[in-house]
Amino acid sequence: MKKFFIGFAFVSLLIAGVLSYFASGDPDGLDKTVEDTGIAEHAQEHPFSGSTFADYALGGDDKFTGLAGVLGVVVVLALSFGLFWVLRKKSDAR
Amino acid sequence: MHMSDGLLNAPVSIVFLVVAAVGVGFALVKARADLDDRTAPMAGLVATFIFAVQMINFPILPGASGHLLGGALAAILVGPWVGALCVTIVLVVQALLFADGGLTALGANVTNMALIGTAAGFVVAVALRRFAEKGKGGLAAVAFISAFVNTLLAATGFIVEYAIGGAGGVEIGKVALLMWGLHALIGIGEGLITAVTVTSVASIRPDLVHLLKGSRKPLEVRS
Repeated sequence: MKKFFIGFAFVSLLIAGVLSYFASGDPDGLDKTVEDTGIAEHAQEHPFSGSTFADYALGGDDKFTGLAGVLGVVVVLALSFGLFWVLRKKSDAR
Repeated sequence: MHMSDGLLNAPVSIVFLVVAAVGVGFALVKARADLDDRTAPMAGLVATFIFAVQMINFPILPGASGHLLGGALAAILVGPWVGALCVTIVLVVQALLFADGGLTALGANVTNMALIGTAAGFVVAVALRRFAEKGKGGLAAVAFISAFVNTLLAATGFIVEYAIGGAGGVEIGKVALLMWGLHALIGIGEGLITAVTVTSVASIRPDLVHLLKGSRKPLEVRS
């Protein structure tokens, strides 16, 4: 049981930490739509666009995308595991 | 599919912040029934996996890419309520930590990807459950179709939001055509990733696939 969970976490780390360097840099479907129609002109700068890890980089340097990915994996895992663990039904009937 | 701030006007953004809050609140209440000592860690890992895979934009056309949304994947593995929470957590972390997806747009983004996408994926998966129970091929097909529909309906969420109160006054037919066309292609990628992921989990730990729950003889202790 433990083995499966550790394996699953490891796969996520590998994807975010390594495979992320091979991701396409082209706009996604929604971005492409708003760019081609001119809607994108109305887009506002993200309030946190100058933050350390903005755009999955480190200080704007996307050499560190993998590092940002690993950080994201750790943060999402901690937050979601914490939330779901608190929400779960306690198996107290044993 | 993370929209920036400013693409929708302020009132519509606020309306969808409320819609998202109500939806997520409801999911928080309903999710409890699906979470126990075994499924809670699984749910955390599903959220983590979706975050990781969302980083991988795959090319669909020259100059355009797509990425997993994850609603159907989450719904099939951990159920619709927990699944919606998984995608929501991913979107919140992306908006706050990585400046990916606007803050006033967060409501609309959660509505499209976490609520509509997950609900659509789940409804389709449940409707086709008897095929999923037939074996690996059936499960893969059901996962593919659910994920494809989840992508198209999440895209439709943006079209509807833009029609209600989008910036720029672009003809809605033009927006719809582009969104649906591009997301029909992205949906194929979403379908493939979801099918591979779900069948992989099912071959190692079928007991952790929410959609298949109860399909085998349950080890129920009758008192």
